[in-house]
Amino acid sequence: MHGNSDNILSAIRIEKGFPGTKALDKVDFHLRRGEVHALLGENGAGKSTLIKCLTGAYRRDGGSILLDGAEVDPRDTFDAQRLGIGTVYQEVNLLPNLTVAENLFLGRQPRRFGMTDTRTMNRKARELLAEYELDLDVTRDLASYSVAIQQVVAIARAVDLSGKVLILDEPTASLDAHEVAMLFRIVRRLKARGLGIIFITHFLEQVYEISDRITVLRNGQLVGTRETAELDRRDLIAMMIGRELAAEIQSRHTPGNEGRLRYRFRNYGRRGRIDPFNLDVRAGEVVGIAGLLGSGRTETAEVLFGAYRADSGTAEIDGRAVELSSPRAAIRQKFGFCPEDRKTAGIVGDLSVRENIVLALQARRGWTRPISRAEQNRLADHYIRALDIRTADREKPIKLLSGGNQQKAILARWLATEPEFLILDEPTRGIDVGAHAEIVRLIESLREKGMSLIVISSEIEELVAYSTRVVVLRDRAHVAELSGDRITAHEIVEAIAAANQGRAS
Amino acid sequence: MTATVKTYLGRLLPQLIVLAAIVFAISMVFPGFLNLQIQNGRLYGSLIDILNRGAPVVLLAIGMTVVIATKGIDLSVGAVMAICGAVAASLITSGHSLLETLFATLAVGILCGIWNGCLVAVLDIQPIIATLVLMVAGRGIAQLITEGAILTFNDAGLIFVGSGSFGWLPMPVVIWLVFGVLVALLVRQTALGMLIEAIGVNRQASTLSGVLTPVLLVAAYVLSGLCAAIAGIIAAADIKGADANNAGLWLELDAILAVVVGGTSLLGGRFSIAASVLGAIIIQAINTGILLSGFPPEFNLIIKAAIIVFILVLQSPRFRGAFTFLQIPRAAGKPTEREAK
Repeated sequence: MHGNSDNILSAIRIEKGFPGTKALDKVDFHLRRGEVHALLGENGAGKSTLIKCLTGAYRRDGGSILLDGAEVDPRDTFDAQRLGIGTVYQEVNLLPNLTVAENLFLGRQPRRFGMTDTRTMNRKARELLAEYELDLDVTRDLASYSVAIQQVVAIARAVDLSGKVLILDEPTASLDAHEVAMLFRIVRRLKARGLGIIFITHFLEQVYEISDRITVLRNGQLVGTRETAELDRRDLIAMMIGRELAAEIQSRHTPGNEGRLRYRFRNYGRRGRIDPFNLDVRAGEVVGIAGLLGSGRTETAEVLFGAYRADSGTAEIDGRAVELSSPRAAIRQKFGFCPEDRKTAGIVGDLSVRENIVLALQARRGWTRPISRAEQNRLADHYIRALDIRTADREKPIKLLSGGNQQKAILARWLATEPEFLILDEPTRGIDVGAHAEIVRLIESLREKGMSLIVISSEIEELVAYSTRVVVLRDRAHVAELSGDRITAHEIVEAIAAANQGRAS
Repeated sequence: MTATVKTYLGRLLPQLIVLAAIVFAISMVFPGFLNLQIQNGRLYGSLIDILNRGAPVVLLAIGMTVVIATKGIDLSVGAVMAICGAVAASLITSGHSLLETLFATLAVGILCGIWNGCLVAVLDIQPIIATLVLMVAGRGIAQLITEGAILTFNDAGLIFVGSGSFGWLPMPVVIWLVFGVLVALLVRQTALGMLIEAIGVNRQASTLSGVLTPVLLVAAYVLSGLCAAIAGIIAAADIKGADANNAGLWLELDAILAVVVGGTSLLGGRFSIAASVLGAIIIQAINTGILLSGFPPEFNLIIKAAIIVFILVLQSPRFRGAFTFLQIPRAAGKPTEREAK
């Protein structure tokens, strides 16, 4: 029936249910030989579940999987690998403390007299990596290489083991532009070799750059499969999140800045983290911070919030000098800070959504003045509704929520303290399109209410949309400031690029 | 309010069931086990004996619970017991009043806690190493105080702490009951409990949210030191002397075990003082049961270990997943939600 010989992998009417939810509802998915097929959808749409059914990590409840026209039934991921389906995850699932060669040949080391033949293994590893344009010292620990290199090693291992289908689950989430380009060169090469490649990502630009076809899932159902070339971005977003929200994202504007000057940082900095900088922030203003990874964006946020104490300069609020020596001191001045790394610095995973929301407010009140349970419930319910945090109930541990909803809960944690100065470090990273739009909308409404915000983002388009001013960073120093009509994606990129030329000369 | 009572009982249900099962098993073999009688205005019986003998481990477990909730561990409590017993004995024999002796001894326990807490919170040393220092050094300090001998005393007041009674109950039971209730109220009626859990789950996120992390960490170790001091006084009063070599020996391990049997994760976070107290009593009930059974003493530790492995298996998520009908209502559905994600 679907045994089209072009298809290397066909999943037909896959069903998977969890108690209370139908995670996949008769989803069809076809992967051709030599194509890059993007699998898209919001968090919770069923992408991961579908992948896990294909790789045997989950047992499907119904439907069939055809590999090369023959029905297969992978019992677990090893089985899938043996059949020809390899997977590479966002967080590299290799062993950082083993050498590159050992990682490539783990479990199948070449042997001589019953011992691992290290020399042959290293030679084979070098040959294997040469196919990926990588010339590494394969005897060094994997951990000594960048995430991008580790990613490629993981791909090399998966392809070498499997060789028919390669699944890339958000491989680019922690890579910079240069590394993404390298990864894509490799993906194109594998594609030319006839592999079928499934690519999962949140970055739509990359989808358009690399994929041949796109399949969109929503709420566990197939929305459709389209040729990438024939699907424009607006229609794609509409497929993913529905018409209404899609329209919202399109209608953005650049606001002006007329509020009174409230925050003055002069010569503010900390040696070894961020060079001294001057920064003024008005009421009702969003100051965007742009720059490459490692340019000092996060360091700027941390020194402003007192996570690292400034060792030079002064801070003034409404003309009076203040000490921002610790997060507690900053919070007393009505500061709030959503850190970049949500998992390690943001959420308190085992605690409930309610406790995560009241945490900062409770910390500010001190332990002797507990917020009553009724008040906690009221606050949590208020923000769950106001920010549309999708959770079964407020007592659910926050780690079980999707990334976007965790981010909203952390925003709620700060909003509950009624902050006047809010620092957001990559508030939209790694979250789905729907939550993304809602957070952008929230930033704008907070600005309209007169709050002062500092927003760090790698997405330049996004900075353009909500910033009243953009500060550009390079080499841990503030190097340019754009305002008014000069806030365009083009100008920001120019400023970053100019700065980089400056470094080169 | 009834809902919170229900979740509270739900949390303690596994421990209550295990305790009931052990008591039932022992009473099947020894019909007199459940008997209680009043002599000289005080309750006597094996059950009371369990509560009484278990006092030091119960007290240590109370402090240990809070330390473990912060993702720490306190290996020094046994040694601190020895130090405090020695301090109490030497002060009372050198003529200080009972009140002075008690306060000074508790202060020494608190000092030990501050030392541990500062190593962990200020110098950022891993708790297991930081408290190992005092675990090793503590017994030496205690021996210095007692000058190597067992320091005996005859002060009626101090002995009363270990073997007197208040109402119908032995004094140690009254002490741990009152202290346990006070600590439980302190952490749950204020925001301390939640803030401590937050630190245990994610210290960095808590600090960034404005939680006074170092102070609360030190406070947790201070509480543990205080608990060890009280346990040390009781242990010394019980034998009317301070034995620097044996007082509290290996009890830190029993205390950790009590916390684990009580269902608090060694990874920090959610904790229940009541459950740890039940855990300590379970361990003591096992001890008493084995002693009563008349097995050769060599078997005691092995049987104890086997029973504890059994309890831990009962608590493991994998086992609960396999026997969903055993699950308490609140925990039901949790593993499947994780899968769905």
